[in-house]
Amino acid sequence: MTEKNKSYKEVLHHLFRIEFAKMTAVLCRRFGLNYIEIAEDIVSETFLKAMKVWRIKGLPENPTAWLYAVAKNKTKDYFKRLTVFETKIKDGINHEQFLNAKPSEQDEPGIDFTQQTIADSQLAMIFAVCDPINSEEAQICLALQILCGFSIEEIAEAFLAKKETIKKRLQRARINLRKSNFQIDTLQKSAIQSRLDTVLRTLYLMFNEGYFSNSNNKLIRKDLCLEAIRLTLLLTENPLTNTNETNALLALMCFQSSRFDARVNNVGDTVVFEQQNKNLWDNELIEKGNYYLVNAFSGSEISKYHLEAGIAYWHTTSDENKWDHILQLYNQLIIIEYSPVTALNRAFAFAKVYGNVPAIKEAEKLNLVENYYYHSLLGYLYADTNADKAITHYKKAISLIKSISEKKILLKEIERLKKRKNIS
Amino acid sequence: MKEFVLIFRHNSKANVKPTPEQIKERMDWLGSIAAQNRLADKGKTLSISGAKTVKPGNVITDGPYTEIKEFITGFMIVKTETIEEAVELAKANPIFKIGGNIEVREVMVPYNNN
Repeated sequence: MTEKNKSYKEVLHHLFRIEFAKMTAVLCRRFGLNYIEIAEDIVSETFLKAMKVWRIKGLPENPTAWLYAVAKNKTKDYFKRLTVFETKIKDGINHEQFLNAKPSEQDEPGIDFTQQTIADSQLAMIFAVCDPINSEEAQICLALQILCGFSIEEIAEAFLAKKETIKKRLQRARINLRKSNFQIDTLQKSAIQSRLDTVLRTLYLMFNEGYFSNSNNKLIRKDLCLEAIRLTLLLTENPLTNTNETNALLALMCFQSSRFDARVNNVGDTVVFEQQNKNLWDNELIEKGNYYLVNAFSGSEISKYHLEAGIAYWHTTSDENKWDHILQLYNQLIIIEYSPVTALNRAFAFAKVYGNVPAIKEAEKLNLVENYYYHSLLGYLYADTNADKAITHYKKAISLIKSISEKKILLKEIERLKKRKNIS
Repeated sequence: MKEFVLIFRHNSKANVKPTPEQIKERMDWLGSIAAQNRLADKGKTLSISGAKTVKPGNVITDGPYTEIKEFITGFMIVKTETIEEAVELAKANPIFKIGGNIEVREVMVPYNNN
């Protein structure tokens, strides 16, 4: 492969990731959600052309502008062909709805790829994709495919699922989207207000999927997190979606991401919080998190994102009372929304404030015997006072755990406890 | 699962503002119940100063009954299998340290005619 070839391929790959979703969003907003496949076809053809032309002629001066210009022309061509088809060949195929929808723009579809249009279109697309008609998982898959330019393989990798499963899930989700008839061209204030909760929840889950996923592919996991941040950032740039909750969610994502590199070591293993190298924490992201967290508290409402962001904030500090604050935030969080993970995290914070022995009682009350984290937490709490009990719990945890890297951590702990027993 | 209302009563006369420590204790207690997934409704805290009692004959007096020493200061709802479990949850509440008490009452389920 020559040097020139390599560079055009790299640029194309990079542009595909970033621009495919943007261009599709702009076109789709013009055509309507029913014609998303046409929009995707036009963008695909654009990239196909880029591949052919750039291979021979090399990279144009401004590759992005080149792509936009070609996409624009292809859209014009499409409308021209459609008009010919409709006026000269017209038969039983029903394209009337499409033509009626945009009667004055058949010749000049008025597509432009300015920054503002791209941002508006992507925002509209987020709201179209996060449709409660689909399950939360399906919404995330759609968002990754349509908004983030992920391939089916990459989505399957992120979810640790089979390619076929993801493909079917996406197909069903797209059919549902078409049925739901969401008005994407003019995003109404009322639609934004009624759907913002769902949008935030989907972005929150998408981020978590990347952050806590069992997938060992570190790159994909990081991409998932970064894409969730990019889309949430987009929400903060529009006054209608720049709510306190949005800011709280973005703050949470910034704080969590600041630890991304410290959390996963070079071979993809999870590094427990207390052993993380704090020098690897990204201070710039922590600063950004602080900024959005301050914005988030400009009103009086406190959402679960506020509380989680608050917890993540305290984790970035070395304040001696931080665990007091963290426990109180967990108390509030669990009162708003019960989840086993929150209950267990709260018990850990409880141990940090009141000591491991009182926390054992608190943790055992939860009685989540099928949950591996429950057992690994009890193993941790018993470790100093009752090595046998600790080992029993760690073993139970290992039998329930899926992630290999976390299994390794617990096996190491068991070894350590056994050694200590032999010494004493 | 049944629901039980916990009714908090207090016998201190004035609106004593709880200390940060007391707030923390209460929140730990409430958080513990929620963490066991036993919280049905976190309920409300009731004001003592902003209170009126309406009696027959259009008689309205300030505050709750002044002749009784106890005021209802709040309520919440837990979900447990038995009233004993609900009582067990109530026992850990810090209200007893300051002379309060808790009434536990099962929520009535509408009679089923079938």
